Amino acid sequence: MADEKNNEKNKAEEKAPRRKRRTKPRVTQDEIITIENVTKTYQTGSPALNGISLHIKRGEFVFIVGDSGSGKSTLIKLLLRELEPTSGNITVMGYNLGRIRHRQIPKFRRKLGIVFQDFRLLKDRNVYENVAFAQRVVQTPPGKIRNNVTAMLSLVGLAPKYKNKVTQLSGGEQQRVALARALVNKPDILLADEPTGNLDPGNSWEIMKLMEQINERGTTVIVVTHNREIVNSMRKRVVTMNQGVIVEDMEEGIYRDDD
Amino acid sequence: MMISTFWYTLGQGFKNLTRNGWYTLASIATITASLFLFGIFYAVLANFQNIVQEAEKGVSVTVFFHKGTTEDEMLALKAELEMRPEVRQVDFESAAAAWEEFKSQYLGEYAEGYGGDNPLEDSSNLQIYMTDVSRQSSLVSYIESVNIVRVVNRSEIAASTLSAANRLIALVSFGIIALLIAVSVFLISNTVAVGISIRSEEITIMKYIGATDFIVRAPFVIEGIIIGLIGSLLPMGIVYLIYRAATDYFSSRFTMLKSFFSFLPTSAFFGNLMLITVIIGVGIGFFGSMITVRRHLRV
Ligand SMILES: Nc1ncnc2c1ncn2[C@@H]1O[C@H](COP(=O)(O)OP(=O)(O)OP(=O)(O)O)[C@@H](O)[C@H]1O
Ligand SMILES: [Mg+2]
Repeated sequence: MADEKNNEKNKAEEKAPRRKRRTKPRVTQDEIITIENVTKTYQTGSPALNGISLHIKRGEFVFIVGDSGSGKSTLIKLLLRELEPTSGNITVMGYNLGRIRHRQIPKFRRKLGIVFQDFRLLKDRNVYENVAFAQRVVQTPPGKIRNNVTAMLSLVGLAPKYKNKVTQLSGGEQQRVALARALVNKPDILLADEPTGNLDPGNSWEIMKLMEQINERGTTVIVVTHNREIVNSMRKRVVTMNQGVIVEDMEEGIYRDDD
Repeated sequence: MMISTFWYTLGQGFKNLTRNGWYTLASIATITASLFLFGIFYAVLANFQNIVQEAEKGVSVTVFFHKGTTEDEMLALKAELEMRPEVRQVDFESAAAAWEEFKSQYLGEYAEGYGGDNPLEDSSNLQIYMTDVSRQSSLVSYIESVNIVRVVNRSEIAASTLSAANRLIALVSFGIIALLIAVSVFLISNTVAVGISIRSEEITIMKYIGATDFIVRAPFVIEGIIIGLIGSLLPMGIVYLIYRAATDYFSSRFTMLKSFFSFLPTSAFFGNLMLITVIIGVGIGFFGSMITVRRHLRV
């Protein structure tokens, strides 16, 4: 039954928007992130990124690894459109980040979920408010906020602690609140810059497993990490950077030792 | 804008006020002080204007005639002058009436010594009261050109002194108030800047989440407007009470003042004053916060 339905659907797709398909090659349709020849030089010193190219498909799970100072965070900031490249092109979800208008940036960012090493929670508010905050900021109708927030807190396993002040939570719990906040607006892409950097191994695993679960639900996930053990056992795509260039990009890759 | 957005912004605006309490208090205090002074000046000016207007009503031009001018000729001139727009009222006083008045006021029983003679024989006159004292000189030169007129007496000094004093007070108070308003704008923009720096972390997160410029900025502008509103309502309450108390005190203490002028009742000017003050207060709050938000929140 299901197969039949799928077949029908495929046929229908083939018939109807034929022309559209041709003008838009298949590669770009599946690609959610396209980085072409990007260089980023800060005011001071040598380039933090030096002519990198990277293609990421919708629904992928990608680790970005590399030594300190190799340009991983710079890459994440470019994808957020917090920074602009010195040269080269970046397209994310169809937005050409070099041409995007200032007014469009909020709309673009609503399709991104972002998680940092230091959690960045609002310390004067409780768990529920921290997640609801994200919904208020994007002007979600108030009637929907409660359900959405509750669902997200259940997903990360923090529903029972929704009233706690975030300062009274463990690091792992705080990161799960941050994750719930990043996901509550249903982003297409989750960007995480060293999300387990401040966590013990147990909590690190929990967070990584959560992100894998989120990825299985269809969200594209990009994780910058130094956690060799987790990368090596999760068998995902691994992009390795060194001094501003991508030195390796492997499906089911591993995080190599330096030597 | 959605209604929930409105409440969110308003709520955040109020929260900002309490987050940096001391700066908020300082700006409210400055605006209150400025607008309090403004209120006082306004009340004083309104009363002064009232005094000037009352005094102007009393300022008159007196016209005397050549010997031999008949009463009919004088009355004809009176009728002609009454037609002019700047003239409010013309009173005719015959020589006989003038003499009677003089006798009763100054001579009393000694008047009998003069017998039937009227020493003020040529003192028939017209008293002209004007609607607009500033047109007094042109009226006077016209009357002087009429051939039956001997002399025109006027009290120009009183009129010009009054309006000069009026202008001076207005100018000085305008200067002081402008200065205070500038200080208020400066303080509000500082308060908002402090608020922004306190909340820079939150603002960064908001931007990552995808908040529009409007959502990020509006709470701070609301904060400024609330400060301006409180800072204008507070001094108006104080001015109202003080004015009431002061006018009651002066009127009861110096009863002889009453023959010169009376204080305006609050109903005569307070409505206008309130309106102007709230507009200024909210304007200060809006511009003060806008300046800072535009400079510090390039989101
Ligand atoms: N704001 C900045 N101004 C100037 N140089 C910077 C800035 N941010 C980063 N850099 C430089 O760019 C290079 C790449 O930095 P980046 O933060 O991207 O590294 P990273 O791979 O994230 O390192 P880590 O693993 O330590 O987080 C470094 O040499 C760093 O010193
Ligand atoms: Mg980094």
